[in-house]
Amino acid sequence: MTLSSTEAETVDDAASDAPVDEARSSLLEAITAELGDAVVGSHLIPGRDVWVRVSPEAWADTADYLRNRQRFRFFDWLSAIDWMPSPFGRSLDAEIDSEVSTLDRMAETVRASRADQADGSFIGFEDSPRYAGGETRFQVLARLHNLTTDIGLNIKADVPADLTVPTWTDHFPGADWHEREAWEMYGVVFAGHPGLRNLYLPTGFEGHPLRKDYPLLSRLVKPWPGIVDVEPMPEVDEGGEQ
Amino acid sequence: MSATAAGPGSPIANDSAADHPMIDRRQLAYIAAQAADARVNVELEAEGMTLNIGPQHPATHGTLRIVARLDGEQVVDADPIMGYMHRGYEKLAEVRTYPQVTALVNRIDWLGSFANEVPFILAAEQLMGVEAPPRAQWIRTILFEMARVANITLFLGDMAVQLGAVSPVFYAFRDREHVLNQIEAATGGRFHPNFDRIGGIKDDLPAGWIAETRRSIGKIRDFTQEMEDLIIGNEIFQTRTRGIGVIPADIGLSYGMTGANIRASGVDWDLRRDTPPGQSSGLAYDQIDWKVWTHPDGDSYARYWVRLQEVREACHIIDQLLDGLPGGPIMAKVPRIIKVPAGEAYVATENPLGVMGYYVISEGGLEPFRVKIRSASFSNMSISPWLLKGTYVPDVVTILASLYFILGDIDR
Repeated sequence: MTLSSTEAETVDDAASDAPVDEARSSLLEAITAELGDAVVGSHLIPGRDVWVRVSPEAWADTADYLRNRQRFRFFDWLSAIDWMPSPFGRSLDAEIDSEVSTLDRMAETVRASRADQADGSFIGFEDSPRYAGGETRFQVLARLHNLTTDIGLNIKADVPADLTVPTWTDHFPGADWHEREAWEMYGVVFAGHPGLRNLYLPTGFEGHPLRKDYPLLSRLVKPWPGIVDVEPMPEVDEGGEQ
Repeated sequence: MSATAAGPGSPIANDSAADHPMIDRRQLAYIAAQAADARVNVELEAEGMTLNIGPQHPATHGTLRIVARLDGEQVVDADPIMGYMHRGYEKLAEVRTYPQVTALVNRIDWLGSFANEVPFILAAEQLMGVEAPPRAQWIRTILFEMARVANITLFLGDMAVQLGAVSPVFYAFRDREHVLNQIEAATGGRFHPNFDRIGGIKDDLPAGWIAETRRSIGKIRDFTQEMEDLIIGNEIFQTRTRGIGVIPADIGLSYGMTGANIRASGVDWDLRRDTPPGQSSGLAYDQIDWKVWTHPDGDSYARYWVRLQEVREACHIIDQLLDGLPGGPIMAKVPRIIKVPAGEAYVATENPLGVMGYYVISEGGLEPFRVKIRSASFSNMSISPWLLKGTYVPDVVTILASLYFILGDIDR
């Protein structure tokens, strides 16, 4: 029971807001002070969660610092985000709901996303949340957890144009599978990873399925809502419903 | 002498063949093949042998394949290969409305389905700023714990199967039925309830449900006692699991291992109790009296033991929740068509298999922009290459069974 000593926190904390925010904001201050210029953005929602965005070069050092100096011992997960609006439109915006036809909308989003990619920067939708900011289409996102304070931390980094960020496997061996998944699903390369090969997809699979421009074929062949072969409901007695 | 016995057309007509009646051409070919096999085996042993376990193997709980390099009987290197069941829920969730997503994520950990819905709904509620009324939270918690009981009950029997005892799993199936019946009575679905809604739950409990649930929980209590008598004290079980597959706490944490697995390594961490500061759990665990079980050993035995205690504790929790179930509405006021405001949120809960969380990004539409599913078995299993290295082939099965994964929870 050696490790249990570090878990000596009270069982029930009364939900008092002020000290809680202090915990997260002082953590944010400590990280900003220590990493300096590497921290390029942050976002704090009091009483809920905290986001930190670091520069891609500092991605691995951040893991090292957080694990060894800030006691974020628990590696939760690592993944990536594709901020490009889907060129296929929002599939649930049925044509009857909007004055723009779905095809026009699709063409518009494709044009917008191509224009964005051409000059290297990428904005995405105006209303996309992008906590802690970001300029690129792809971002890597990881979450660590501190078992002593019970605070989770979301760490983001922009993925540069060559789609390469340093690996976390040196600091958290558990990042191995998560990085393999992010690599095959988004095409983000993790430099220094011991064996980037397919995790779920068969070897030789072409494309990166979780990218927004990778079509979801089942939705393309039968658009939402699936009006085509839905049988009408049997006659319902109006009075029977309670 | 035998020449007289054999007729003129007989294959052993001449004397020399009669002296060695066993050796004919087929026999020679067989011996030659044996020799060739032996040579191949010798060559393989020089550079290690590759043993392929799965994808279809009873020990793998589904379609998981493990390619193990062996040196004699010792595993030098193990490489799990998955994806046989990958259904792409993260992609599919991007074209579903928020209420529809629960029908998908039900299928992640299919033994404790209801528990999969809860963290997603909580994440959506957090983005919308909605909180379910107390009665809905309590019923959620009851069903959450019943999902845990249904899930882990099967493990308690199944672990014995991996050790060669067949009957406990039938007891497990028998007694799990009581819980599934109650889940069905409340939700309409035995396996996939799809019962949790943003802002509350779908229906109130049916009449007589509480009394009947008490009875089924009593059956589960008897079952845990039965398993303790049958398995925990069993000498074969102890020799096959004590000191086998030991995971030190720090290594488990850096691999993202959670749930009963990490508590069996002495880490006293349970998201049901240790909610992030300031964040309301959305469940009723903080209003009742219960404890988190840990074990210091970190071996297969400890993992079994902790899970057994967890089922007991779950029964204890359900009993208290049934006693104190508050009245009132079961749905908060939510719009009929749910549009979630733009934002990002991550909510995780302590599911039967470990920590399960959803990172939901909304851009204000009907459907999520991105859903990252953090499933427990994926992280729990990512330790297996490290853990299986240096173990012996018969222990591979026990260790995998004691880690307790559901393939749907790995492949998502």
